[in-house]
Amino acid sequence: MLRLKNIFKTYYPGEPNQQKALAGINLDLKQGDFLTIIGSNGAGKSTLLNIIAGDIEPDSGSVIFHGKDITRRPAHRRAGFIGRVFQDPLAGTAAEMSVAENLALAKVRGQKRRLNRAIKKESRTEFAGILKTLGLGLENRLDESVGLLSGGQRQALTLLMAVLGSPQILLLDEYIAALDPSTAEQIISLTGKIVSQKGLTVFMVTHDLRQALKTGTRTIMMDRGEIILDIEAEKRKTLTVADLLERFARLRGRELTDDRILLQAR
Amino acid sequence: MLVNMLTGSLEQGLAYALMALGVFLTFRVLNFPDLTVDGSFPLGAAVSARLIIAGTHPLLAMLTAIILGVMAGLLTGFLHTRLKIAGLLAGIITMTALYSINLRVMGRSNLPLLRQNSLLTIVQDLGFSRMAATLLSFFLIVILIKILFDFFLHTELGLALRATGNNPRMITSLGVAPQKMIILGLGLANGLAALSGALVAQYQGFADIGMGIGMIIVGLASVIIGESIIRNKRIVWATKGVIIGSIVYRFLISSALRLGFSPTDLKLVTAILVIIPLARPRRGWLEGIKKIAMKEKEAG
Repeated sequence: MLRLKNIFKTYYPGEPNQQKALAGINLDLKQGDFLTIIGSNGAGKSTLLNIIAGDIEPDSGSVIFHGKDITRRPAHRRAGFIGRVFQDPLAGTAAEMSVAENLALAKVRGQKRRLNRAIKKESRTEFAGILKTLGLGLENRLDESVGLLSGGQRQALTLLMAVLGSPQILLLDEYIAALDPSTAEQIISLTGKIVSQKGLTVFMVTHDLRQALKTGTRTIMMDRGEIILDIEAEKRKTLTVADLLERFARLRGRELTDDRILLQAR
Repeated sequence: MLVNMLTGSLEQGLAYALMALGVFLTFRVLNFPDLTVDGSFPLGAAVSARLIIAGTHPLLAMLTAIILGVMAGLLTGFLHTRLKIAGLLAGIITMTALYSINLRVMGRSNLPLLRQNSLLTIVQDLGFSRMAATLLSFFLIVILIKILFDFFLHTELGLALRATGNNPRMITSLGVAPQKMIILGLGLANGLAALSGALVAQYQGFADIGMGIGMIIVGLASVIIGESIIRNKRIVWATKGVIIGSIVYRFLISSALRLGFSPTDLKLVTAILVIIPLARPRRGWLEGIKKIAMKEKEAG
């Protein structure tokens, strides 16, 4: 369904601060694949997501979606089939607009926006229905400004918005990193439910090695712009975090040193 | 005297309210500092005055003014989004270009509309006094525009425009090109400014090349005054606030005149009116003063 062919990306080429972000990435995902992506800072995880979303164009290589080359297609013209949740819980919603208005914006994802009233009576019932699945009481706060919600509530709303309007791909960029553990847990389980219900193809970047092995159907580990480990479904079950760190050291000839990862690995 | 001042403020406030709504759309909704208004407002005045003198029906003249105002806004939008010129500068460029264009349109720097047909004479011919005709026609136009404006900002397109001003990254990820929304918003805002200019020209009986100077600040003043009177941030209330703000601004200005300020001082008065609510002094400056006072007390 989505293929990345030999993707290269270098930031600031030719300048002293030149930085190789991706160096020959090849990936092939089927409908319903749930990929978790791990790796230290600067490994290229976010760049990979930005290239899929269309925020960044690769220097070379191509992005193929259902057989079509979409490498040069801008982000707003990919939004119809790509939903996205950012790391910053405030980034995925419009703070000064109401909960219902935010959902209405997402509902016509990728479609031409017309001069129709955006929120009709039916849509309010529909929105209340989906908000209820969160169990956060947001269904009673349809007309409140999103700016009044907590970070966790906003991220939960963003997740709902990211899957509204039937996208086929969901990009999650460390989307729970800024949340407290219990809210994070809640959002993860909600994600699992929605993803299996809708059969979405998911890319999830995370710092949490344990969670990366626990969630999804496939895990890749990136380092310096390359995919160094690619572990499919069954093999992941027997793998521990210690194994991952050990295999990283063996493959790269150095220890994995990233405080955020190591803190969570203990 | 006071009654005259009140009705005068009401008439002028309504005429300028449309321009203030345009400023609200760019500065507040779209979060884009558009200075085109200083050129599109007199453009509307110039075009409508010239057309009315040439015998065009005033309504058609006003419609033409709107269209040309929209085009001025589109130009600023084009300069900013396609040619990547900074927003403030793009507006200034258009505004500067419009100065020459407005002079060309008028043929000279002041174009009187004495004994010409106008929206106001048409309404007067229905049997209203000059004052009633002005209040009635301006009021109806402003209400109609407000309803359309509010409705638009609640459509799918209007929501996308608001989200662009609020969070461009998010709206991109939902399939909207923010640049298109910026162009659209600038077009609408300057169409409103031009219509406002056309109303003012007919109200005061002339178009003048200098009538746009400082217009952006007048618009901002109206928006800010409106926000301090009506705190509800919902669109329907906010636009009501802008209209009221425009009327109150005119009242403050005529009060300043009554206090003995000369008409040439009014821009200064307006600038101060805008500075006071916008100023955000360094946090803790008051505490700082208190601390110094305390120390002096202890020392003393």
